[in-house]
Amino acid sequence: MGDDSKLRDSTKKWEDETVAKTVARFPERQENFETISGLPMKRLYTPLDLKDLNYQKDLGFPGEYPFTRGVQPTGYRGRFWTMRQYSGFATAKETNQRFKFLLEQGQTGLSIAFDLPTQIGYDSDDPLAQGEVGKVGVAIDSLADMEVLFDGIPLDKVSTSMTINAPASVLLAMYIAVAEKQGVSMDKLRGTIQNDILKEYVARGTYIFPPKPSMRLITDIFKYCSQNMPLWNTISISGYHIREAGSTAVQEVAFTLADGIAYVQAAIDAGLDVDAFASRLSFFFGSHSDFLEEISKFRAARRLWARIMRNRFNAKDDDSCRMRFHTQTAGCTLTAQQPDNNVVRVTLQALQAVLGGTQSLHTNSRDEALSLPTEDSVQIALRTQQIIAHESGVGDTIDPLAGSYYIESLTNEIESKAMEYIDKIDNMGGAPVAIEKGFIQREIHDAAYQFQKSVDGTKRIVVGVNKFTVDEEPQFDYLRINPQAEKEQLSDLKKVRSKRDDEQVKQKLDTLRTAAEGDENLMPQILEAVRVYATLGEICGVLREVFGEYKAPDIL
Amino acid sequence: MSVADLVKGVLNGKRRDLARLISLIEDEDSDALEALSHLYKHTGKAHIIGVTGPPGSGKSSLVTKLTAEFRKRENTIGIVCVDPSSPFTGGALLGDRIRMQEHSLDKEVYVRSMGTRGHLGGLARATSGAVRAIDAFGKDIIFVETVGAGQSEVEVIDIAHTVIVTDVPGSGDDIQAIKAGIMEIADIFVVNKMDLDGSDKKVTEINAMLDIDPRAKAWRPPVLLTNSRTGDGVPELADTILEHLKFLKDSGQLQEKGLKRSRDELQELMRYKLTRELCQKLEGQPEYEAAIKKIASRKEDPYSVAERLIAEFLFSESR
Amino acid sequence: MSSSKKIRVLVAKPGLDGHDRGAKIVARALRDAGMEVIYTGLRQTPEMVVSAALDEGVHCIGLSILSGAHNALFPKIMELLKEEGADDILVVGGGIIPEDDIPDLKKAGIAAIFGPGTPLDEIIEYIKANVKL
Repeated sequence: MGDDSKLRDSTKKWEDETVAKTVARFPERQENFETISGLPMKRLYTPLDLKDLNYQKDLGFPGEYPFTRGVQPTGYRGRFWTMRQYSGFATAKETNQRFKFLLEQGQTGLSIAFDLPTQIGYDSDDPLAQGEVGKVGVAIDSLADMEVLFDGIPLDKVSTSMTINAPASVLLAMYIAVAEKQGVSMDKLRGTIQNDILKEYVARGTYIFPPKPSMRLITDIFKYCSQNMPLWNTISISGYHIREAGSTAVQEVAFTLADGIAYVQAAIDAGLDVDAFASRLSFFFGSHSDFLEEISKFRAARRLWARIMRNRFNAKDDDSCRMRFHTQTAGCTLTAQQPDNNVVRVTLQALQAVLGGTQSLHTNSRDEALSLPTEDSVQIALRTQQIIAHESGVGDTIDPLAGSYYIESLTNEIESKAMEYIDKIDNMGGAPVAIEKGFIQREIHDAAYQFQKSVDGTKRIVVGVNKFTVDEEPQFDYLRINPQAEKEQLSDLKKVRSKRDDEQVKQKLDTLRTAAEGDENLMPQILEAVRVYATLGEICGVLREVFGEYKAPDIL
Repeated sequence: MSVADLVKGVLNGKRRDLARLISLIEDEDSDALEALSHLYKHTGKAHIIGVTGPPGSGKSSLVTKLTAEFRKRENTIGIVCVDPSSPFTGGALLGDRIRMQEHSLDKEVYVRSMGTRGHLGGLARATSGAVRAIDAFGKDIIFVETVGAGQSEVEVIDIAHTVIVTDVPGSGDDIQAIKAGIMEIADIFVVNKMDLDGSDKKVTEINAMLDIDPRAKAWRPPVLLTNSRTGDGVPELADTILEHLKFLKDSGQLQEKGLKRSRDELQELMRYKLTRELCQKLEGQPEYEAAIKKIASRKEDPYSVAERLIAEFLFSESR
Repeated sequence: MSSSKKIRVLVAKPGLDGHDRGAKIVARALRDAGMEVIYTGLRQTPEMVVSAALDEGVHCIGLSILSGAHNALFPKIMELLKEEGADDILVVGGGIIPEDDIPDLKKAGIAAIFGPGTPLDEIIEYIKANVKL
């Protein structure tokens, strides 16, 4: 106590004398400083800011509750984070080539980007798919495409993350079926499906069915995997897209964890014991511009989730409280102007994620504000991770920034502010209700609007866009999707339809329809349908008939 | 495009001409008034249904579901949605159409979004003009949807034959707190989102309020429950709307209302025109400006100045 | 402009792209600049965009797309507008649209493309200056 007041006095002396003298001659750049999320930043943080911090309770040890310092006891000394570049475009054949390139270049896990028709459950020949086939990811219409996608890639040797939500069950079934053909049993399969429908309603837009049946599909997957696929991550509860839609760091943590709470509750309501599935939940965050805020954010999220699982859901296993997450560097911070600058941005953002203890990382390529990445660009992105891992040394000790007066203060602040939001959402009845009311959407939109105004008003500098611009941008060679891709895909789809046994397909779809109308687990029926080459559109078509389609309660 | 062509287009079911005409009406273009005067004899066929209530009570989804229901019954539909314009910027986010997606390609449904544009009283004119245009265009049923919060909204609702007032359970609004004008003109109360807790309580509250209403009315507004998401209660609501129209016809109230409306409208149009002409004449006149200064400095009072100016105006007009 | 004449704008998301951060921000900024804005929401087909634009009597259509499907969808929208004799409507676009694609889009009738980093005021001023009331 005595030390505290001594320190308080000296700090004040420093402010009133040393600082005041300097500021009188050289005023600071701004009146106030804030993180990019609007949290105030003091000039200096000292032990006084951490006087209530209890090391054992608030920080603890890596691999132990509350996991603030990391989820693995040996951190990156045991194994580096998975270098997992999200990729996919045009046809399965071309994507397969890009996968092989990335694996050769040292990527350690696969991450599949699907095109919009696939993500929304439409076949490539659906009228709504026109112009969209293969554009933002690979087109997958049936098991046949999936087989081509993984040609020459042993599924017992790689882990695969699939960014698929509404039709996640179908793509998971296809993955299982491809593995079968390779002779790999499903209990050996490692990977993740994103499978997070709540954020689709709020920030990403690739929903199909309304909330209730969507939650049923999600809990069906939880159950199925808890029995058959012990190594599979059944969901990647995502904050990345919420952040990309314009939220602050606090909102990113709050809304993601609120969604997580909703999924855990849904699984419990569906009869699962929390410790039976919770260890297979995973998360997905962005890594945005504010270096120190982002590192603090990751630590705050980890600790907050651990506390929620233990205190709110009474999880007994530590594994159930362990938040594992994937990170992607923030796409929305990349500029179309002076694209090479983006390499620098991504480097900082990747370093943040590593210092924040991410399990897996995707680094954006410099040209992603222009198009999908070229081979050269994605190679640089991968090298960025490899240089951080092998040359910088930051992975050689665990959670090196712990104890920093600022980082720990900010970690505390983000956790407590996020908890305020979670309480508010709880009072509304939970994330699904908050979404129906438009609360989450409005918060995100307001934050996005404020940010845009601050950039337009040059309160926030974006290098190359509102400062340090150049008049003539040199020509940049960006990726052009093979214009024949859509045509090729359509002809392949025709072939699949003509070669398969339509009778069987019809039968399996009918069985699926009946199952969907009841309440049995749909995974086995979807798997059956997938095996006989029923298409994604046909399977989702049946589900659309039974479940209906989601109508967004748009709030502006 | 000439007024004659525009009128012909509207009467011949040309959607684009209807849209053009409504734009002219909103812009207070003189061609619009001329067109409306030609179209007037072709109006009076549509059943006009006003829908008002607090934000969040699901008016747009209710109108969407009612539209679907009436479409099943082979009616053609027009929908006018009114949203508030910002009093500061004059702009508006017209956010009702987005909730009516399911009808976006149905040729028999016409949807138009309007901002209040800072008119007061003028709002009713623009909206009633739009409704008339859609009436002449040939739609059987026209919904007018607004937020129930102000005098102008009460006027808008006055152009409807049947007025629906919506609310939601647990909205926390004491019924008494809701604008008196709105409650008085309601023909049907709808408690939407009936799946929420407190829906029965809300129905009871409204009925209790109706019980203590001292005015004896021949039509006691029914209080209905709906779920505009699932469609529950909507067919019954549609039936009740038709019952109300039948009541209006059988009881003679339809004609009574029609007479009152025509009187009110004529007076409003005359008042609008007179005021506009008078002000146009006076604006910028040195004696007028001087009189205003005198009023502000209390050398003259506004009451006598008004009397004098009107007398002068009428005298000069009659010469 | 009298208090009664307003610029009416339709902000639309054609195709399957679900990213609406930019479209919503533009819609709100246009409202703050005094325009009447109708935002269509997601998953609009070209037919839905044109039908809404015509019924609402808009002066300007803003198309937002980040999925790469602009080369298929934008010209289809312009074609439908032409069929309806509505080429006096100002059509502008934004999102992720490569430089190389812009000349053809302009040939099809898109007046301007506002890419990433465009200040909101630029969009507002452009519409005010080029819209036909």
